[in-house]
Amino acid sequence: MSKATDYLDLDTKDETFLDSTEMVLNMGPQHPSTHGVLRVILKLDGEKVLGTECVIGYLHRGVEKIGENRTYTMFNPYVDRMDYVAAVSNGLGYCETVEKLLNVEAPPRAQYIRVILTELCRISSHQVWLGTHALDIGALTPLFYAFRDREEILKIFEKYCGARLTTHAFRIGGCIYETYDGFEEDVKKFCAFFIPKLDEYEELLTTNRIWMTRTKGVGILKAEDCIALGVTGPVLRASGVKWDLRRAQPYECYKDLDFEIPTGLNGDTYDRYLVRVAEMRQSVRILQQAVESIPSGPIMAKVPKVIKPPVGEVYHSIEAPKGELGYFIVSDGSTQPYRVRVRPPSFVNLQALDVMVRGMLVADVVAVIGTLDIVLGEVDR
Amino acid sequence: MPEENKGPESVSPPAEGAKAPAEAGAPQKSEVQPAAPQAAAAEVKTPPAAVAAPVASSEAKPAATAPPAAPAAKPAAPAAAKPAVPAKPAGPVPEPWESELVASLKQQYGSGIVESLSYLGQKYLTVDSSILPEILLRMRDAEGFDYCVDITAVHYPKREQQFEIIYVLYSFPKNERIRVKARIHDGEHVQSAVGIWETANWLEREAFDMFGIVFEGHPGLKRILLPDEWKGHPLRKDYDILQQDKEWVQINLGIESGQ
Repeated sequence: MSKATDYLDLDTKDETFLDSTEMVLNMGPQHPSTHGVLRVILKLDGEKVLGTECVIGYLHRGVEKIGENRTYTMFNPYVDRMDYVAAVSNGLGYCETVEKLLNVEAPPRAQYIRVILTELCRISSHQVWLGTHALDIGALTPLFYAFRDREEILKIFEKYCGARLTTHAFRIGGCIYETYDGFEEDVKKFCAFFIPKLDEYEELLTTNRIWMTRTKGVGILKAEDCIALGVTGPVLRASGVKWDLRRAQPYECYKDLDFEIPTGLNGDTYDRYLVRVAEMRQSVRILQQAVESIPSGPIMAKVPKVIKPPVGEVYHSIEAPKGELGYFIVSDGSTQPYRVRVRPPSFVNLQALDVMVRGMLVADVVAVIGTLDIVLGEVDR
Repeated sequence: MPEENKGPESVSPPAEGAKAPAEAGAPQKSEVQPAAPQAAAAEVKTPPAAVAAPVASSEAKPAATAPPAAPAAKPAAPAAAKPAVPAKPAGPVPEPWESELVASLKQQYGSGIVESLSYLGQKYLTVDSSILPEILLRMRDAEGFDYCVDITAVHYPKREQQFEIIYVLYSFPKNERIRVKARIHDGEHVQSAVGIWETANWLEREAFDMFGIVFEGHPGLKRILLPDEWKGHPLRKDYDILQQDKEWVQINLGIESGQ
């Protein structure tokens, strides 16, 4: 806050009686637009942002420490609690990394089930993003639409594994649950149902004058900045870098599936919106193909009951809805990991906030936090 | 997994045999040894060596890509069953990683490059902490590793150099990922990589927060996930999972204990 002496020193300032010195403002940790408990300290000149500092850690639960004190199997459900709107992806990344350590691969059927659920999860994660992001900017309707349609995905999750949010759907070595009767039909039905809904979202926003004014040219991030800052996922792609781990280093059965990687041109909030919506369409495409070609066979690879990977270390990452989600696991040959490191996309992407909002207005900070699509559970772990 | 392993191990030692030539081969070809030329050379080689050489070359390949005790190794069992190392490791062993990059680095830095290995197809390089900034800069500029994926550390309290700091790097042009590691003593400072990759800022702060590793030249090295006044670094192995900064909890939360 400004000091009283600054205030009285009118001669050197403009003739206005208003204090024109810099102001420090706290946004959060309880601000609704921060999507959780993020505190951003803003340095302002009037409404212009001169700089920001993020204060995080309010939701720190020591996930990595917990991992060192649980067996490989026991730690599996914990990872769902990091990015809780995309729990399936977290589980997939973890299971795959341990499988890598064990040097086993999930059987083809399990891979297809995993891909189907992960893509459903990607759509649901993007729906949460779309709803809340639009809400932050002032459009109330998309939130209701998105959550209404997300319900259909959660129903499939619930039917498949009994849980809606923190699913713990996969196990090390494959899947534990066989698909339920009518799983394929449900997925097909969802695809047919969802495409018109996506058009509906786009009708509300894509050419909406207010939406465009609030998002075009806001929070621009150039491709080289993205790379220097380690930003991945839709944010990177919106800046024009055609990079997706599902293509660059395919895992599961993604190499057999045909899909495109949508990219943007300007790297602004509007492009990121377009990229994510296009990604949802591609996810539907993947779902349609995967559900048609899902092979029969076992769903669990041969893994021992007690998982004891040989001594070694592995880094493996997947394309989570928010970017590159990596796990680095060091095994000392015992039943518990010696070290589990999670490379969270939200944490790394949030670092770009400062670059993106400098020189913009306070209201744009809200838009940019929304467009980065962070989940504080993953930022803080 | 153990069932699969048991077979080859108990029936015959081909799994060991498969590794033996690869390991034995390593020291000989210390200078430059891309796999393909060696295989080619083996074919041209003189008759006496020809008996053993093809075995080595045919086995070396599966071991490099997919080391599960390969059934392909079985036919060679009688020939391969020789001194062999009866260490009997439970799984795949890190193999030496040889490439142009490693060779040129070794030539330039000599013993500064502690080891270069590949485990399950993932390559990593351990370097001396004094040349770490140089190596990282070179990785970014000359070798195209433009994206620093992650910076983290592992604590090995029993080692003399207690901490291993790990940089996971990715190259967009090459679509390749490697890890650069350095071992440091407790209390030893590391040069910050913020000047090389901006993303290092928060990642290094996290490593400082969790392990107490000090990065010199970092623009604002302070805790990131834990409160600023917190005492202790939770991811060190001597920090118990139930341990906490009681004083901080009592002062700031107004409760006796967080447990």
